[in-house]
Amino acid sequence: MTATHLGMPAFPAAAREAVRDDVLRANLRRATHTIRDKRARAVTELADWDRLRAAGKAVKDHTLRHLDHYLLRLEAAVTAAGGTVHWAADATEANRIVTELVRATGEREVVKVKSMATQEIGLNEALEAAGIAAYETDLAELIVQLGHDRPSHILVPAIHRNRAEIRDVFRTEMGRWGRPAPDGLGDDPRELAEAARLHLREKFLRAKVAVSGANFMVAETGTMVVFESEGNGRMCLTLPETLISVVGIEKVVPTFRDLEIFLQTLPRSSTAERMNPYTTMWTGLGPSKGADGDGPAAFHLVLLDNGRTDTLADEVGRQALRCIRCSACLNVCPVYERAGGHAYGSVYPGPIGAILSPQLRGTGSGIDASLPYASTLCGACYEVCPVAIDIPEVLLHLRERVAQGGPVTREGIRVRIRPARGHTAERAAMRAARLLLERPGALRAGERLLSRARRLRPRRLPGPGSAWTDSRELPRPPREPFRDWWARERGGRA
Amino acid sequence: MSGRDRVLGRIRRALGEPGAGGAGTGRAPVEAAAGEDGIPRDYLRVHGDRTPAESADLLAAHLREYRAKVHRTDEDGLAPLLARLLAARGARTVLVPPGLPPSWLDGAQAVRVEDRADSTPYALDAVDSVVTGCALAVAETGTIVLDGGPDQGRRRITLIPDHHICVVRVPGQLVDSVPQALERLDPTRPLTWISGPSATSDIELDRVEGVHGPRTLEVVLIDAPAQ
Repeated sequence: MTATHLGMPAFPAAAREAVRDDVLRANLRRATHTIRDKRARAVTELADWDRLRAAGKAVKDHTLRHLDHYLLRLEAAVTAAGGTVHWAADATEANRIVTELVRATGEREVVKVKSMATQEIGLNEALEAAGIAAYETDLAELIVQLGHDRPSHILVPAIHRNRAEIRDVFRTEMGRWGRPAPDGLGDDPRELAEAARLHLREKFLRAKVAVSGANFMVAETGTMVVFESEGNGRMCLTLPETLISVVGIEKVVPTFRDLEIFLQTLPRSSTAERMNPYTTMWTGLGPSKGADGDGPAAFHLVLLDNGRTDTLADEVGRQALRCIRCSACLNVCPVYERAGGHAYGSVYPGPIGAILSPQLRGTGSGIDASLPYASTLCGACYEVCPVAIDIPEVLLHLRERVAQGGPVTREGIRVRIRPARGHTAERAAMRAARLLLERPGALRAGERLLSRARRLRPRRLPGPGSAWTDSRELPRPPREPFRDWWARERGGRA
Repeated sequence: MSGRDRVLGRIRRALGEPGAGGAGTGRAPVEAAAGEDGIPRDYLRVHGDRTPAESADLLAAHLREYRAKVHRTDEDGLAPLLARLLAARGARTVLVPPGLPPSWLDGAQAVRVEDRADSTPYALDAVDSVVTGCALAVAETGTIVLDGGPDQGRRRITLIPDHHICVVRVPGQLVDSVPQALERLDPTRPLTWISGPSATSDIELDRVEGVHGPRTLEVVLIDAPAQ
């Protein structure tokens, strides 16, 4: 994975900076609270939500368990429908394949549908280095690209920008990329969307090559599925002559019927809608093999590994590959709400990013080693996940790996990593916790001592602990340890 | 080694293919898994029990909630209604798919434009409106699905013009739920699921209708005559 943001500080340092940014915090708080409330209502409409969630989890687990089989089936189906399948073990390979495919068309520009996979591999930068301009066409991605910025949310990448900032970006930057913003552009979202419509339409109408990702790929039929709202996806998927889709290998599902689960759970989890405005499904070049001119005349599918098989090799961590990128976990996370997406140093922010990035990229860098700690383990992310990824479980698993080292798979090879430096304190803390939890007697004695000494509780911790109590009240120990209360109140009963 | 061999080899090692020396604990042969995939499909096929009339009402309500304009009429009322909608829009030209029943546009003032093989996106961008049928509609989600059938045409014609009128026959083309819709669709055809007009929530999560797709979506429900 190449897209570690260069010089990215570890999560605590990056988060500290973000938390001081009042505008960012206000934008994030408003946005995440709005959408989490709407999501809760959309989910309540379906009486069988828990069963849909269980089925989605089971489909993904089953597919991952037989991933080689389903990828080969997919390859055969896409090929039979007139498409061409390419396999990329890492970002460099994927970027090389896409660059060569674009070069072969003789074109110097491509239009892009929002895609996490192409951001992950840094495709735009690779194309730029090859002299090919890549235009993002999703409104939020356009805001990010024009603003020389980085995305901070999976679904709404410009969530950290408010309308006035967006207007300023449009006014100063649009003209350098194509049609300038209209004179006197205001900051009403309607006006801003209209400016984007005009700016991008000229690009859609002339585009010969498009690059997309996909939300799902159906092994049985070779069908690709893209969920979107604005219509930029439909423009890119249907107007250009050549379509190149870069898709992570974990996006495959066995059958067309399996989509009935995700068509119900994904829109409700991501935009909190019953259904997103547009979903496009296409199978290779269609029944006429491209002869009817309905859609591109050439379709290339680039299947991307880039750390996914390494993640698959970890029996606890592999559940992260069930992710359907809905971003519900971001919107409920107290840490994300305060720190923002940039602090995660990856295209995958929030709780899912904290378990996905360190697995896709390994825990070698400071940011990746600190990500498993970017959580309070409150469990809200697990509650809302439409494929029931137990994010707290994987966080704890990764913390242990970072602190203690152990066997991992990197680029297909089993290696043993050493305990990360700089995590001595966490290691000590975890050892202490285990010591106590494994010795109930010592824990009970310690708890009683705390209860009796509660009047003597200091307001601030001494030494290194003082950094923690600078901004927090030290919790007041209970009058009586829970275990004692339980024994007294419920002692005789089961 | 090709990228393909490398990726497949890594997957097999990760999953503990016999003899691959991987970390996994071995797995059942895929043939057995294909028949019995162990996926609990006890979720509902449909949410609620509705009469056809109730389903049509639900479709209309859900489409309106996502800011589509919904009209109800019968077979005889269709042509006058379409003529009126196009006139109200001020449409001078209207795109027609090759298999659209000609009678639908009887009385419409707008000049008919066919989508020809050599029509460029620029040419289509100059057309004011488009009228199509659909493959089916889904009441629970407020969705219409196009599959490129003769009365719907190529995907581009319902995308580039700013005004789309889509005709749905109820109850014949109406299903209640997403599972029922997938059963009736052919995955080899290009499928476009449309739920309301183009929209974005990218600016402060304020929903704005209309970015790149048609900013105005009008859905006409034709009720079958009572038996």
